[in-house]
Amino acid sequence: MAKVAMTVNGKAVSGEVEGRTLLVQFLREGLGLTGTHVGCDTSQCGACVVHIDGAAVKACAVFALDAEGASVRTIEGMANADGSLSAIQQAFQDHHALQCGFCTPGMVMSAAALLAENPKPTEREVREYLEGNLCRCTGYHNIVKAIMAASGQEVAIAAE
Amino acid sequence: MPKDSGIGASIKRREDVRFLTGRGRYTDDINLRGQAHVAFLRSNVAHGRLRGVDTAAAAAMPGVVRIFTGEDFAAVGGLPCGWQVTGRDGQVMKEPKHPVLAHGKVRHVGDPIAAVVAETYEQARDAAEAIAVDIESLPAVVDMAAALAPGSALVHDDLGTNLCYDWGFIEDSKAAVAAAIAAAHHVTTLDLVNNRLIPNAMEPRVAVGDYNSASGESTLYTTSQNPHVIRLLMGAFVLGIPEHKLRVVAPDVGGGFGSKIFHYAEEALCTFAARALNRPVKWTAQRSESFVTDAHGRDHVTRIELALDRDGHFLAIRTSTLANMGAYLSTFAPSVPTYLHGTLMAGNYKTPHIYVNVKAVFTNTVPVDAYRGAGRPEATFQLERVIDKAAREMGIDPVEIRRRNFVDAFPYQTPVAVAYDTGNYHATMDKLVTIADLAGFEKRRAASAAKGLLRGLGLNCYIEACGIAPSHLVGQLGARAGLYESATVRVNATGGIVVMTGSHSHGQGHETTFAQVIADMIGIPEAQVEIVHGDTANAPMGMGTYGSRSLAVGGSAMVRAANKIISKARKIAAHLMEAAEGDIELKDGKFRVAGTDKSVDWGAVCLAAYVPHNYPLAELEPGLEETAFYDPANFTFPAGAYACEVEVDPETGRVTIDRFAAADDFGNIVNPMVVDGQVHGGIGQGIGQALLERAVYDANGQLLSGTYMDYAMPRADDLPSYVVDHSCATPCTHNPLGVKGCGEAGAIGSPPAVVNAVIDALHRGGHAHVTHIDMPLSPARVWAAMQG
Repeated sequence: MAKVAMTVNGKAVSGEVEGRTLLVQFLREGLGLTGTHVGCDTSQCGACVVHIDGAAVKACAVFALDAEGASVRTIEGMANADGSLSAIQQAFQDHHALQCGFCTPGMVMSAAALLAENPKPTEREVREYLEGNLCRCTGYHNIVKAIMAASGQEVAIAAE
Repeated sequence: MPKDSGIGASIKRREDVRFLTGRGRYTDDINLRGQAHVAFLRSNVAHGRLRGVDTAAAAAMPGVVRIFTGEDFAAVGGLPCGWQVTGRDGQVMKEPKHPVLAHGKVRHVGDPIAAVVAETYEQARDAAEAIAVDIESLPAVVDMAAALAPGSALVHDDLGTNLCYDWGFIEDSKAAVAAAIAAAHHVTTLDLVNNRLIPNAMEPRVAVGDYNSASGESTLYTTSQNPHVIRLLMGAFVLGIPEHKLRVVAPDVGGGFGSKIFHYAEEALCTFAARALNRPVKWTAQRSESFVTDAHGRDHVTRIELALDRDGHFLAIRTSTLANMGAYLSTFAPSVPTYLHGTLMAGNYKTPHIYVNVKAVFTNTVPVDAYRGAGRPEATFQLERVIDKAAREMGIDPVEIRRRNFVDAFPYQTPVAVAYDTGNYHATMDKLVTIADLAGFEKRRAASAAKGLLRGLGLNCYIEACGIAPSHLVGQLGARAGLYESATVRVNATGGIVVMTGSHSHGQGHETTFAQVIADMIGIPEAQVEIVHGDTANAPMGMGTYGSRSLAVGGSAMVRAANKIISKARKIAAHLMEAAEGDIELKDGKFRVAGTDKSVDWGAVCLAAYVPHNYPLAELEPGLEETAFYDPANFTFPAGAYACEVEVDPETGRVTIDRFAAADDFGNIVNPMVVDGQVHGGIGQGIGQALLERAVYDANGQLLSGTYMDYAMPRADDLPSYVVDHSCATPCTHNPLGVKGCGEAGAIGSPPAVVNAVIDALHRGGHAHVTHIDMPLSPARVWAAMQG
């Protein structure tokens, strides 16, 4: 076991982990931040996407020890300071971009990273950026729509 | 103007707030004090004799609490099957025992051999790898036709056959169908495969068992679409725990699509182990475990024949299908290729003679059971594909041939047992022609051609039987359960309402939409209504959510209970206002005496029920809580018409979906936004089946598509945006809300549209020899077909 310390959602945290402990395990089991989900074991589904120093990363593909000293942001840290939904979260609700909610945290984290990099993406760019996030419920239509809306663009997407 | 509250309003979902902020509570988020963890040792061969399981070394490893093997479960029941099909010869289906842990033989890759309970999951997994298993490998039974050939290895030795049942529907119509086909002007025949799929809800399955030694009560937290059903199946048939000593909780569940209906071995193991060890026991599936343990879907091999007269009127349909059951009978597996498939073979059409034969086959593969649509996609696919092929052979427009055969008078008794109560198939087709802009196709085709791409247009209709199901009917057909639903409506003293429903929401949005219904009935804000589900300690009984039944059956139970509430509240209001009960009207949350300005608020009536100072105690009990059960009088029959436009790259065979439109008739709609979302998701899965997904076993029974790197899940850039419309509504005639159900439509209606579009593109591109390509229409398959 080794000690690890990092900042999560603005708070300094630390814990004892094994070398093989994944960041997502540390977040869920060590810190009780269960909003970050595990949907696969091959780093394909994207349910565990978090931000590490501002970059979208699959938390199942990072050892907890490798996040030593990093600033990590999870879905629990995405709402506005007053607790209200952030623009992206609100757009997801407004456009019914989630159903079962399991992929949602990863989707929101990816969407936030996309809009930080590319504030006015095209529909195609949104779809390509979401390649690493699987959703089985929505057929992606409303997720794409929500991200377009959160970017301040017309929500009328192709074929509508 | 769109409504902003009540039935018909696109109200934003209240459940979204917790899901969007990481505060959902899924089963894997539950950790109980003192819990141990389970890892399973699973068979890595498809078929073999278990000669020995040596756990000694593993048991001595750090943290190991107990190792369970098949021997520990020899005295308890197997996982039960909920439906008994009777075959053509009057013989009931073969029903082998499905042990919790393998005993004697292993029968598919993933079959659990041992369960290690340890202090941590890592310790359990390390120890599981240290168990020495001696398996004598046997030839794997994988191909269904080979499984039925003489001399095949047997999945279950004691059955003497791999045939589960040979079912004819309706057997008495067989001769008439044969005669109609023999005498027909034209017969179109099509051989096709309905590809095996893996449901892949994004949340892997989880089970947490708990035991209270003081009370003798067991609790199971599980990823289920129907916790009451699990309580009944596991309690009564496997572990022998009476229902009052067993609580099953299915909290937030991350998608199901059918795969979380069924009772699984891991649920029984965790409940059993928790009691044996007197501590909580948790198992969370790795995704690679999900691939080899969650029930798969579809997997039919079919020949269909369609007989037509000179004018393209359908005269008869005859189908012959091999349906894969996998290694054991999953909970509802036998019903899927029979009563959820054969009964739908009439589609939207007046075909006087229909005969369906299904042979269900055991193989050394994961059990196959209901997956979104369950039998109805298989029926729709073969029917709508053979109609397209017939239209092409006879030179009739694909829209026109369908219109010529539409059922256009209701109720309509099909020759395959079910009777459609209502519908308007011409209307949905008219709507489709508009929203898909079929008139603009030729211009778009020319534009594609200018880019060197082959554009094709495919369309189809579908019908499904939802609102499952009238208990007396399914009982005659072999169901071992009733398929009603229940609800309790509890009104609190201050007027707030809690509805406890047996329906389960795992993405469908019931917490919002069911509240809309109740709020609308009483005329109070939705915020005053809370929907509680997913816990056998709350709802009186629940057959659960599948078969697009929640609103049509669960919603009807809720409406019935609410009507009892309103009826009692009206009596109280009459007493309070000293008026006759018959003169009391409820509107906008107020009870009024008709024709006067006298009224009393909903809240005042509720308060009177709980503070009965001025109350008709001689005639009426205090309190305001009612329970109702609703057993549907018939299935509901959502129907629609779908259109897909594809571009095929003739150089590579790559198919891109450019446009997709769906015109559905779901009857009345409670929340249009939610309904749109259900259709989008269904279409996404249907396109996945048509273009991408396929569970592939090799000849040794190894699942080759066992991770997301091998099984092609649809991703955002594989799918188009969709145009959906549900304005052609013919309300269901036999449930109180006039609703039909919308959850499965997209997955049923979309695969044939995609395949029809690709075949159309190839024909227009000069590849007229291509009459069919089996799904998924991968670039390799399409390219190979073009090469002839």
